Amino acid sequence: MEANAVISIRGLKKAFGSMHVLKGVDLDVYHGENLVVLGRSGSGKSVLIKIMAGLLKPDAGTVSILDRDITRLDTKELQALRTRIGFSFQNSALYDGMNVRANLEFPLVRNKRHLSHSQIDAAIAKVLDDVGLSHTLYQMPSELSGGQRKRIGIARTLILQPEIMLYDEPTAGLDPVTSVEINDLINEVQERYHTSSVIITHDLTCAKATGDRLVMLSEGQFLRQGTFEEVFDTDDPKVKNFYNYNFIAGS
Amino acid sequence: MGPLKFMAYNFHPCYVNKHLNMNFGRFFLRVYEIWQFIRRFFREVFLPPYEYKEIINQFFQVGIRSLSIITLTGFITGVVFTKQSRSSLAEFGAASWLPSLIAIALIRALAPLVTALIIAGKVGSNMGAELGSMKVTEQIDAMEVSSTNPFKFLVASRVLATTAIVPVLAVYMGFVGLMGAYMNVHHNEQTSFTSFFQSAFMKITFLDVWVLLLKSAVYGFTIGVAGCFNGYNADQGTVGVGRAANTAVVVSMFLIFIEEMIIVQLVNYFKHGG
Repeated sequence: MEANAVISIRGLKKAFGSMHVLKGVDLDVYHGENLVVLGRSGSGKSVLIKIMAGLLKPDAGTVSILDRDITRLDTKELQALRTRIGFSFQNSALYDGMNVRANLEFPLVRNKRHLSHSQIDAAIAKVLDDVGLSHTLYQMPSELSGGQRKRIGIARTLILQPEIMLYDEPTAGLDPVTSVEINDLINEVQERYHTSSVIITHDLTCAKATGDRLVMLSEGQFLRQGTFEEVFDTDDPKVKNFYNYNFIAGS
Repeated sequence: MGPLKFMAYNFHPCYVNKHLNMNFGRFFLRVYEIWQFIRRFFREVFLPPYEYKEIINQFFQVGIRSLSIITLTGFITGVVFTKQSRSSLAEFGAASWLPSLIAIALIRALAPLVTALIIAGKVGSNMGAELGSMKVTEQIDAMEVSSTNPFKFLVASRVLATTAIVPVLAVYMGFVGLMGAYMNVHHNEQTSFTSFFQSAFMKITFLDVWVLLLKSAVYGFTIGVAGCFNGYNADQGTVGVGRAANTAVVVSMFLIFIEEMIIVQLVNYFKHGG
């Protein structure tokens, strides 16, 4: 593991049956940076982030997060590590049967049992204020817009004050204006909570707005990495196609 | 493809044999998965931290929310069974045995069985659909990444609730059924409340009550496991959710009848020595 890296992945492989999704991926995410993983649908981005969150087990390789190899942790150790990692789901994954307050309270009361009622109230008020949705406290997820659901999903992960944030397609299914707001929120989260983030996306606007560094995943392997300009300053037809189609689709 | 060619192709021994082998393989894999699921339930249900709030919530969902339908069904069962049995017993001059007959039928068979079937339809399908939709919308994954054990929170609490509440509901249904029977008997034969219940419980033993409680608990456990297993392992989006709800009901009802048959055989064996 390189110095200053909060996530270090070496030789990561994952297959589903005969389909090889990740074919030996190496990746480092450094402290305080926003790393964007770009790629087309089916390129293995979501599998990669789910392995980082411990939701999927890799077939081979090591995944070191905050100096712990998650492939070797038992359930208890993994649960303890997860309190330091936030995961924002593509479709927000808010608990339908609970209102916003209960959604935010859920991880808090289970992981910080010593907190008093007033401390819980204060923590909920703070994260809701941070995502700009203080007025939604008693609303049900079905009453929220797509953008609001995303924000509450992010607030639910922030309430445990994670050191690492994992975003799975944060702008998928949102209109351009709301997408820009979510991009700004990702940057604000990094500044306020001093998190290191991995953002999985195929949206170039999101990648440009949020990424300090980009890596491009194609057919289970990293094609290029660097800043936005470095990644797309190439004649590689795969990269060029991805860039062109993204902007055609965007326009 | 003509019909003859179609039949020759689809019912060719090689094809049928391969298809059967595949289905058998899948069936045994499923049985193994259910076994693992049950083992995990027993491993996790006794270990702290306990989800008291969710367990109480599930007791409420399974118990209180089912009271009205159990009351109505139990009462109608008691009234109808009494009405239908009266003429046959009267033919043999045994109408005075009516309370005993109703009590035996309700406590030994009808109350636990009907309660279990109603709960399988009402609660089992709900569990399959609810957990299935949580699975396909990644809510279960969201619990897992927020350091909560979703199995303990969602599955253990639900299975515990059905196992504990179905016996209570079965006893309640037995009581309501007897009240329905009493009202019918009182209306026709002017039998008093005391003499009806004295006569009703004349043939009921402690063993009958224990068996009622035991088999209701087994049915409750079956409903909980079938509902949660199918929901927790749902896939393929909304189609998977529908399938999970449907399979939960069909499987639990089928298993309840099989269990009823086995338990009756076992009780008779121990009672009468075979």
